[in-house]
Amino acid sequence: MSRDGVTVPPLNFESYYGRPIIKAPVWRWDIPAYLFTGGLAAGSALIAVGADLTGRSALRRSGRLASLAAVGASTYFLVHDLGRPARFHHMLRVAKPTSPMSVGTWILAVFGPAAGAAAVSEVGPWLPRHGLFGLARRIAPPVGRAAGVVSAAMAPALATYTGVLLADTAVPSWHEAYPWLPFLFSGSALAGAAGLNLVAAPRAEAGPLRRLVVAAAGLELAAGRRVERMGLVSDPYRTGPAGVLLRAGRALLVAGTVGALLGRRSRVVSALSGVALLASSAATRFAVFQAGLTSARDPRYTVLPQRQRLTEAAAAADN
Amino acid sequence: MTETITRYEPGEPAAAAGYVDAPPRMGFFTDTTLCIGCKACEVACKEWNQVPATGLDLLGMSYDNTGALTANSWRHVAFVETDAHWLMMSDVCKHCTRAACLDVCPTGSLFRTEFGTVVVQEDICNGCGYCIPACPYGVIDQRRDDGRAWKCTLCYDRIGAGMTPACAQACPTESIQYGPLDELRDRAQSRVQLLHDAGVPEARLYGHDPADGVGGDGAFFLLLDEPEVYGLPPDPVVTTRDLPRMWRRAGAAALVMAAVTVAAFLGGSS
Repeated sequence: MSRDGVTVPPLNFESYYGRPIIKAPVWRWDIPAYLFTGGLAAGSALIAVGADLTGRSALRRSGRLASLAAVGASTYFLVHDLGRPARFHHMLRVAKPTSPMSVGTWILAVFGPAAGAAAVSEVGPWLPRHGLFGLARRIAPPVGRAAGVVSAAMAPALATYTGVLLADTAVPSWHEAYPWLPFLFSGSALAGAAGLNLVAAPRAEAGPLRRLVVAAAGLELAAGRRVERMGLVSDPYRTGPAGVLLRAGRALLVAGTVGALLGRRSRVVSALSGVALLASSAATRFAVFQAGLTSARDPRYTVLPQRQRLTEAAAAADN
Repeated sequence: MTETITRYEPGEPAAAAGYVDAPPRMGFFTDTTLCIGCKACEVACKEWNQVPATGLDLLGMSYDNTGALTANSWRHVAFVETDAHWLMMSDVCKHCTRAACLDVCPTGSLFRTEFGTVVVQEDICNGCGYCIPACPYGVIDQRRDDGRAWKCTLCYDRIGAGMTPACAQACPTESIQYGPLDELRDRAQSRVQLLHDAGVPEARLYGHDPADGVGGDGAFFLLLDEPEVYGLPPDPVVTTRDLPRMWRRAGAAALVMAAVTVAAFLGGSS
């Protein structure tokens, strides 16, 4: 038997009263929401530094403000999801490369303040010209640029470590997708951030955003295709609520990309395309999250691939 | 600030975790052929460890109304009724040689003891929940009204004082055997041989092999059917085995993301 070139194990198997073998994540909707806002923060930081270094001041401003807002929301979601939120700072006791969550904590600990400083530097032009405020007004642009560069340097790590965060579990549909989730999430982050800034920035400065949307859509569609072709453990991505969300995300991505390209002369079409891209990014994150829950709750996805591995190992040992 | 992690060295996990002159690795050998399903282990564990009750749950599927290992059940007696046989098995945390829960814990709450076991520090755990989907056996779990992760400690307080864990102490048939892991593995091999010679060819060990996907379990079992029949994964693998490859893929995706952004901004002003 084969489907998409992957051998499908027999569908009959024994289980303990159909009960799950692994525990599904206890994470609530905060976590897919964080995947979405973390990607927005990362993508917006990259856009802001690109705009800053190429003299697009309105796009720089929207990118920096979006990045700060999104990283603020991310921090809220992460702390809110903890079983003991008051102990969030226990994350800072250790730095462990074997824990993607620890790595992510330290990425955020550098990214967040840098993105915040870059956004705050935007108040420079509104400050009085004299005295201490005058000094702050003069140093705001270089400080903002330096902080923006630091946040942009961390941004690709922030957008992609979350793929490892999900994959580094026993959840079958997440673990098996480990080669593709970081690419899917980087595409989703760029598409969402480009969408948000398409809404906020003037048309004259949006040229790089349109090119970014095309590249992001290519990344996301290619990685999404691979995630749907992993054999049995892809079923949760293709069927049920996750399948619906993933297809909706893809349709919105295509619509938003086409709109961003064709609507370059219209402020309204550009903004609508931006909203579609934002919605697409959110839908993709919730879909991937939901697919993992589905695969954890059904013992089939845990047992059958392991059984197949044992069968193949036994066959190889016989030969 | 930085913890040295050398968990992939073969052999003794306590030595690999940095203990000097660690005592022998201790563990459980649970021989399910001797289990009578009395659940004394479940009760003794709750009593000693002050594990809260879950209320009166009637699952309506078998004599098993505990259902699974959870934050509030650190021993779980499975009852398998088939036409062929009636199987009972007291499940517990496996205290893996390569423990995914321990690897992924971002606070250092989970740690390796000098006995080679894996324990949660309840004053450190902040309830991030990462250990829960990381466990390939579905053991560790969040206590809902408490927010933190809980599981079997292999009675760290008792074994530190030279005592036997509560479940093994209470087991009336010595189905649950506690001791140095080396001795338990030898004893288990002879028990399987004895059963095979006595005409029980389906007897097999589970979790005893240091070459398996988790480097062998500190708590292993003698089973009479396939592992999945008891709710156990047939070929568990510690998820962090693939972590170096995962980080490389994330690094590649990060580089692509940076390159795409540079290209988009260098592509002109249109």
